[in-house]
Amino acid sequence: MPTERKPPTRTSTRSPAAPRALRSTTRALVPVPRQVDEPEPILADPRLSDVDEWGRSERFREITRQLYDPMYRHWFRVEWDGLEKIPTEGGALIVANHAGAIPSDAPAIMHGIETELHRPVYGLAEFIFRELPVVGTAWARNGGVTAQPENAYRLLREQQQLVMVFPEGTKGTSKTYGERYKLARFGRGGFVEIAMRAGVPVIPIAVVGAEESMPVIARLPNIAKAMGLPYAPITANMLAFGPLGLLLYFPAKFKLKVLDPIYFDVPPDQPRYSRSKVMDHSEAIRETIQAALFEMLRERQSVWFG
Amino acid sequence: MGRRVLITGLATFWGGRVAQAMEKNPDVEIIVGLDRKEPTVELERTEYVRSDENYSILNRIVKATKVDTIVHTFLVVDSTTMSPKLMHEINVIGTMNLFAAASAAGSTVRNVVVKSSTLVYGAGPRDPYFFTEGASRTSPARTPVERSLASVESYVRDFAEDNPHVAVSLLRFSNVLGPDIVTPVSKMLQLPMVPALFGFDPRLQFAHEDDVVRAISFVLDNEVPGIFNVAGDGLLPWTEVAALAGKRTFPLPPIGVGLATFPLKRMGLEFPPEVLDLMKFGRGVDNRRLKRAGFRYEYTSAGTVKSFVEAIRLRQTVGEAEGYRYERDVENFFRHSPAVVRDGEGGVG
Repeated sequence: MPTERKPPTRTSTRSPAAPRALRSTTRALVPVPRQVDEPEPILADPRLSDVDEWGRSERFREITRQLYDPMYRHWFRVEWDGLEKIPTEGGALIVANHAGAIPSDAPAIMHGIETELHRPVYGLAEFIFRELPVVGTAWARNGGVTAQPENAYRLLREQQQLVMVFPEGTKGTSKTYGERYKLARFGRGGFVEIAMRAGVPVIPIAVVGAEESMPVIARLPNIAKAMGLPYAPITANMLAFGPLGLLLYFPAKFKLKVLDPIYFDVPPDQPRYSRSKVMDHSEAIRETIQAALFEMLRERQSVWFG
Repeated sequence: MGRRVLITGLATFWGGRVAQAMEKNPDVEIIVGLDRKEPTVELERTEYVRSDENYSILNRIVKATKVDTIVHTFLVVDSTTMSPKLMHEINVIGTMNLFAAASAAGSTVRNVVVKSSTLVYGAGPRDPYFFTEGASRTSPARTPVERSLASVESYVRDFAEDNPHVAVSLLRFSNVLGPDIVTPVSKMLQLPMVPALFGFDPRLQFAHEDDVVRAISFVLDNEVPGIFNVAGDGLLPWTEVAALAGKRTFPLPPIGVGLATFPLKRMGLEFPPEVLDLMKFGRGVDNRRLKRAGFRYEYTSAGTVKSFVEAIRLRQTVGEAEGYRYERDVENFFRHSPAVVRDGEGGVG
């Protein structure tokens, strides 16, 4: 066996009696994994802050939650249905529809789960946040992580965390008011593949209210291009409130419905998964959320009062 | 016959430290150290050979000494210390000549360790939060130091492929801190206030200088071929690094840094583009491959910073340690004079 190796020892076991010919002959820059049972020692780790390896800080989140809570309770009057379907432990990938020029759904979902279930939620988002001064730092401290398969895998599989992602991406948030509640394409199904690889369920959430909190009237592609942004919208809020409209949401009534978790019948950690299976699941999840949204809209009597 | 080791960059911090560690290893019979400058640390039995920066005499040395192990520590990763041209000579041409000599017909080399840097991953907004050894950078290398390290690594890869009988280990060290080493980061942390880019608080990962030397010794002793990241556990925001040093940060404007840092440049502190990228986006690496191979770190990232800070405090109180000066005649006397009684173990008796 070319992979057979000497047991690892702290002191060198090299001696003239062990000629080189006995050692492995296949060597390249590809490492041969050697499993070592020796436990890792516990090292002194004199940390001063609680910022974790992703940049999230529970203390920072706590402050954000306190500031955001009145908005959550009294402005959007967020109402959950089926929150018990979100597991209190173990990894899970939360997916939802995405809306509002500056999306108001993400903070609401994170706030609700963190206050009710007392476990952190990491939100996957566009890398553009990492380029923004101040905003980018606040985003990271609040649990924002760039949407990359490696990041999602580490969070879901290795750390068994709750991760939230919006498969529509900016196609969802840049939708104009006329296209509201019509789900855009769910990317290339990457979220399904990651959940499969991580061996965690996908939990869909249908969100009603975010579309009306900051409706996009028109898009300005030239300005977006010039500013290097994914999209540059004119929102109804800007027309109503002027510059303040960049930050001020309309008080639409928020209703969030957690749908049944979807478990995938495939082994985790495979190098790749059937593309057709991934796309089928992705499309099925999109249709489930779409159907739930239509049902919720049928029942909704008022945009402002639910 | 014990091992015969060639160390490049003997006068650099790493070359000296690794040579000292090798001298303690009784399995190591011969240590030859190469550099263009004289050693800066006290060595007992290492033979120092002066060479030019790109090692044109290397072929002769490898043939004459029949070394079986090469430790290539002479790679410049701090671009503020020299011109891009000299850095290219040392990193790229030096490595090229080194591997040419090591792969020459009849070469006795069986083990090569190269000390590279996580600079090869770059730092950018599209980066994964933890680079694994197989990951490639997300934007092309644009600074001279990053480009030269990329060529170095491609030489290493070619050599490993062409010489399957040689165990090649490529170690990529993340930001190294410790009591003795001087890096752009260690210089920043010794200013009265620590510079930071306004609005950015990047995640950084550190390796302790002792862990670096131990990692090099580890791969030499255990012969673990492959690429390995070397970095302590955990990542710290830059503000916390400053806080561990007992300091506050002062913000530099994210644009026009060149102008803003001009006064600092006069004080000997430069901000090359690769450092600015790091201060904006940070960098994390997955350090588990080396752990799986059996290596055990002694410091976490935070522990590394603390150890560095404590050493600085001590130095501020008791002053700089007496520097070592290499005297060729004295060193030669101890190594070769018949008047010196040696105990036969290779060390000076």
